[in-house]
Amino acid sequence: MSSLLPPPDRIWWKEPLERVELIWVAIALVWSIVMFFMMPYWHVYGKQNVSNEAYKTTPEAFKAKTEAMVEQYTVRTETAGNIPVVRPPVGDVYLLARLWEWWPILELEKDQSYRLHIASLDWQHGFSLQPANINLQVLPGYEMVVTVTPNKSGEYSIVCNEYCGIGHHRMIGKIYVTE
Amino acid sequence: MANNNEFRTCPDTGLQFHRPAETLMKLNAVVAVVFLLVGGILGLLLGLTRWPAIHLLGASDFYKVLTLHGIDVLIYWIIFFEIAVLYFTSSTLLKCRLATPRMAWLAFALMLIGAVTNNVAILQGNSSVMFTSYVPMQADPMFYLGLILFAVGALIASFVFLGTLVIARAEKTYEGSMPLVTFGALTAAIIAIFTIASGAIILIPTFLWSVGLIEGIDPIMYRVIWWAFGHSSQQINMATMVAVWYAVAAVAFGAKPLSEKMCRSAFLLYILFLQLASAHHILVDPGISSTWKIFNTSYAMYLAVLASMIHGLTVPGAIEAAQRKRGFNKGLFEWLRKAPWSNPSFSGVFLSIIIFGFLGGISGVVMGTEQINLIIHNTLYVPGHFHATVATGTTLAFMALTYWLVPVLFRRQVIFPKLASLQPYLFGLGMSGVALFMMGAGTLGIPRRHWDITFADSPLTHNFPEMANALLGFMGVSVLLAVVGGGLFCLLIVGSLLFGKRLSLTEKGETPLIAEPVTSYEGVGIGKIVAPGTLVLAMVFLTAFVLYYFINWKFLSQTWGLS
Ligand code: HEM
Ligand SMILES: [Cu+2]
Ligand SMILES: [Cu+2]
Repeated sequence: MSSLLPPPDRIWWKEPLERVELIWVAIALVWSIVMFFMMPYWHVYGKQNVSNEAYKTTPEAFKAKTEAMVEQYTVRTETAGNIPVVRPPVGDVYLLARLWEWWPILELEKDQSYRLHIASLDWQHGFSLQPANINLQVLPGYEMVVTVTPNKSGEYSIVCNEYCGIGHHRMIGKIYVTE
Repeated sequence: MANNNEFRTCPDTGLQFHRPAETLMKLNAVVAVVFLLVGGILGLLLGLTRWPAIHLLGASDFYKVLTLHGIDVLIYWIIFFEIAVLYFTSSTLLKCRLATPRMAWLAFALMLIGAVTNNVAILQGNSSVMFTSYVPMQADPMFYLGLILFAVGALIASFVFLGTLVIARAEKTYEGSMPLVTFGALTAAIIAIFTIASGAIILIPTFLWSVGLIEGIDPIMYRVIWWAFGHSSQQINMATMVAVWYAVAAVAFGAKPLSEKMCRSAFLLYILFLQLASAHHILVDPGISSTWKIFNTSYAMYLAVLASMIHGLTVPGAIEAAQRKRGFNKGLFEWLRKAPWSNPSFSGVFLSIIIFGFLGGISGVVMGTEQINLIIHNTLYVPGHFHATVATGTTLAFMALTYWLVPVLFRRQVIFPKLASLQPYLFGLGMSGVALFMMGAGTLGIPRRHWDITFADSPLTHNFPEMANALLGFMGVSVLLAVVGGGLFCLLIVGSLLFGKRLSLTEKGETPLIAEPVTSYEGVGIGKIVAPGTLVLAMVFLTAFVLYYFINWKFLSQTWGLS
């Protein structure tokens, strides 16, 4: 009977399956399991994994930590607004998001690993590092810690890709990676 | 059985319409199409703004229109239409009176009032928060209130559907188990109840916060619960769309399921596992454990994906087997070559299956992979993905069903049949372009929800690859095609309802509106395989899937180390 009508067999769960269905389910199931195991596999063998490290924070606390870093390691300023460019030693580095800027500009060394702390001071923002195309959600009240290892030198931009109000499309920051 | 005057039997299809149900189906469907029309016009404005050479709207209008477009099409077009489908699959297919028509009217009124309240709030301009309304960005209280009223209405409608199933069973209006299409709609209704409960849990506190009664809302909690609502509502769409696929296969070919057991089990997998998926929206959020993410984003080892892959085979498989039974049994693809390509109900569903699977399904699983999400989250790839799934897949399926409902439910002939045959292709092609070019631009890092990728007013700037501009231009051209296709649909339907030739309420029309049901698939196909052509297509799909999946791991492996 057609799909618009009740099935002829009341006990539909005892009906035999078509062979074509069995073949396809078997193939699709194997593929599903492969895809599933790729994720744990990459945690062990892959080099790009999402960090699980995060802490509760407050805008004041996070701002204070970032300012301390800026105070100590600023090497120059850029643009008319004098955005500090900070060249911290390998270790903990801080980046804050607020309406509508990423602050400060960071200068990192290629092939070194930094513990990058990111948090928002106000609304949600989206950390989108271009052209590396790494994208992270940035929330107020949560400090995410990601260990980053730049693999190419050059100028990178941080675009905001979570809508954060009327200045969203002006919100852009920089990370410089030196040899 | 209730009073016979309350029922109308369609002379062409033999379906019985309970009059109050019929009126409500018509109203819900018409309101849905109106929202699609409005949403489509807004989509045009957005497309013309994101086309760099045109950049039509100003920034604040762009964000306002983006909020409105997302909500009008994703929520109002889709859900009003779904309510019509729920009433059809319960009352009409089970030949049963609609439970509590008054409650169904109340549901409709609440939904409409809610939708209008919400639209007005957005148009007033201080609720440009996108349909996700992430806290702590705040909209006008009316924005949340409208959504809540709408949700309450939809919840009542879901219960009217369930009530109708109960009555049908009690009054024995049908024999044995309910039809597969109704079973699919039941899946949708069950998911809807879970979904709307999650929506209430998050939207009611958010509303109270917007009027100052609650101090604040934790952003991560908001995102987890909001997506339990936002994503599950996509599963309602999935389940309904698949039910519509089965329905159109039955209408156009008399197709019966290859096996009831497989199709129904796949729907059960939806009920069991689809809700887990809210995780794939928070894969790159701070402070959520990878174990939880992996289990949830894969819907428990991809069991719900498996269910979709099953439907993706069994719907075209049933069409193939039915066509073969009708005599098109030669070779692998005679059934497909001789399919009624000029019947918009068929072509709409067929395009829906292909575009949903190849563009929407593959991209969704890929970007929902925990680590791959790092290179896709919040780029234009994301709207690319869901313009293939819900905006093309579900929308085309609903359009396809509507072409059939015009004569059956409204008893009018579709005007300009030549244009109607062309319409699914225009819309399908245009939207595939929109989806693909958005995905392409997203792969190059272009952000979603972004008014100015040249960063003209900022102190710093960034130059996206030249290629990205070209892709956005192609997207713009595709938007034009999609809008012509979508607009044509709205005009054809509204035109047919107003000016289409009336069909008799009692006498059969000259064109048959429903195919004779096929009763068995004995003796068709090649060897013991009843649908060999579909199996070949499925293998092509799998190959594309596997290749594209591993290409993305390759992309991921080339970026910075992260841990
Ligand atoms: C004529 C057809 C359509 C066109 C031309 C179109 C175009 C667009 C464009 C250009 C965007 C903006 C993407 C961005 O900047 O982030 C967008 C967003 C969106 N569209 Fe469509 N669209 C159409 C139909 C649909 C349909 C039928 C649906 C759903 C059923 C839909 C759902 C959405 C949603 C949910 C968003 C995201 C809003 C947000 O990010 O908050 N669209 N659309
Ligand atoms: Cu931002
Ligand atoms: Cu932003």
